[in-house]
Amino acid sequence: MSIGHTLLGLLESGPRHGYDLKRAFDEKFGHDRPLHYGQVYSTMSRLLKNGLVEVDGVEAGGGPERKRYAITEAGITDVEAWLKQPEKPEPYLQSTLYTKVVLALLTGRSAGDLLDTQRAEHLRLMRILTDRKRRGDLSDQLICDHALFHLEADLRWLELTAARLDQLATEVRA
Amino acid sequence: MHQAYTHRVYLVRIVLPMSLGSSSGPASGPLLGASGLRKAFGSTPALDGADFALSPGEVVAVMGPSGSGKSTLLHCLAGIVRPDAGTITYDGNDVTAMNDARRSALRRRDFGFVFQFGQLVPELTCAENVALPLRLDGVRRKDADRAALHWLERLEVDSVARRRPDQISGGQGQRVAVARALVTAPRVVFADEPTGALDSLSGELVMRLFTEAARDTGAAVVLVTHETRVAAYSDREITVRDGRSRDFTLAPAGAR
Ligand SMILES: Nc1ncnc2c1ncn2[C@@H]1O[C@H](COP(=O)(O)OP(=O)(O)O)[C@@H](O)[C@H]1O
Ligand SMILES: [Mg+2]
Repeated sequence: MSIGHTLLGLLESGPRHGYDLKRAFDEKFGHDRPLHYGQVYSTMSRLLKNGLVEVDGVEAGGGPERKRYAITEAGITDVEAWLKQPEKPEPYLQSTLYTKVVLALLTGRSAGDLLDTQRAEHLRLMRILTDRKRRGDLSDQLICDHALFHLEADLRWLELTAARLDQLATEVRA
Repeated sequence: MHQAYTHRVYLVRIVLPMSLGSSSGPASGPLLGASGLRKAFGSTPALDGADFALSPGEVVAVMGPSGSGKSTLLHCLAGIVRPDAGTITYDGNDVTAMNDARRSALRRRDFGFVFQFGQLVPELTCAENVALPLRLDGVRRKDADRAALHWLERLEVDSVARRRPDQISGGQGQRVAVARALVTAPRVVFADEPTGALDSLSGELVMRLFTEAARDTGAAVVLVTHETRVAAYSDREITVRDGRSRDFTLAPAGAR
């Protein structure tokens, strides 16, 4: 995720102090990974240098988190362009799991066991996310659903692969 | 508040005389257990040595590809189908040794059922559908109706209480079916693809309300599903492949 664009977007509704920006980011998007002040500081100084934000005031006491930032016209254009640009879909073509399955088959180890173990690990995470979704608000639900649908897709692949292991074994050993 | 309290006491009171009474079994061991189950339909082996164990209050998902024997396993565990070989114990009692009358009493009193669809009586309102198992057990109409409304509220479908099954959505119908399964305070609810005919959003709602209600009442659940997002509402999953069952569940993070 582009932290710079996200912080810029948060500034569009009005100027904020560094600490306020960090709090808003953590609350809305940080869930498992809150920002460090260092990240906020380095990002804001880059945005300043590029003319996308300006310093709107400084609170007594000094540090970078005490600075109040405002978005510039160039900053608004930048957020606009970022939102318009579609994200590149993840191609998932470099699969560690696929590599492991083939290596297991090549070395005479059980690829079926490998797939079962992976399946259990995926389901364990799905349980944790489902529980968090159940307790959470709509944003928790949407964030967890995104992850759950991806894990579900992985599990379907694991199932399909398990069903075709014999065929794959013949091909890779040929 | 006072109302709710007396209501709960009432529910416990009507439920007590209905439990099977003969809890002669050992205090330890699973509530419901099976070992070496075999069942063939003609020359088709549906179960080929399946094992199973369910603790009180536990939600267990039964997963596996289509035709692997999940429904057959559920039917055997619930005493609907008699296995060709293997043993099933419920609360310390040998289910396979029971005669038909005792097995059907067990199903009525201790078990609840939710299927994929088509389980509500079309001529009855939703409230009457939920009250039906209590009425069949001789509970007075007023008391049965009150309990039915309680469960319809719990499953957030009290608004359709007076409608007939063909006047509600599929998701609402499944929640009514869950209410009907829970109204007799069963110790085990058997659910076979309860969300199989629903879109993912209504399926999720059914699963959330179903598992929360079951956990609150302490009912254990055997949940047959081929959808992993549905299975993720369980505590544990077993996988059935070619009529054999295996448990691959990993302990939650932190417990390992
Ligand atoms: N009543 C029946 N008569 C004949 N064959 C059956 C019957 N019930 C199940 N089977 C067969 O037994 C196997 C397992 O079926 P089932 O338990 O319904 O699987 P699942 O629920 O996992 O899809 C399948 O091959 C199925 O065709
Ligand atoms: Mg089935």
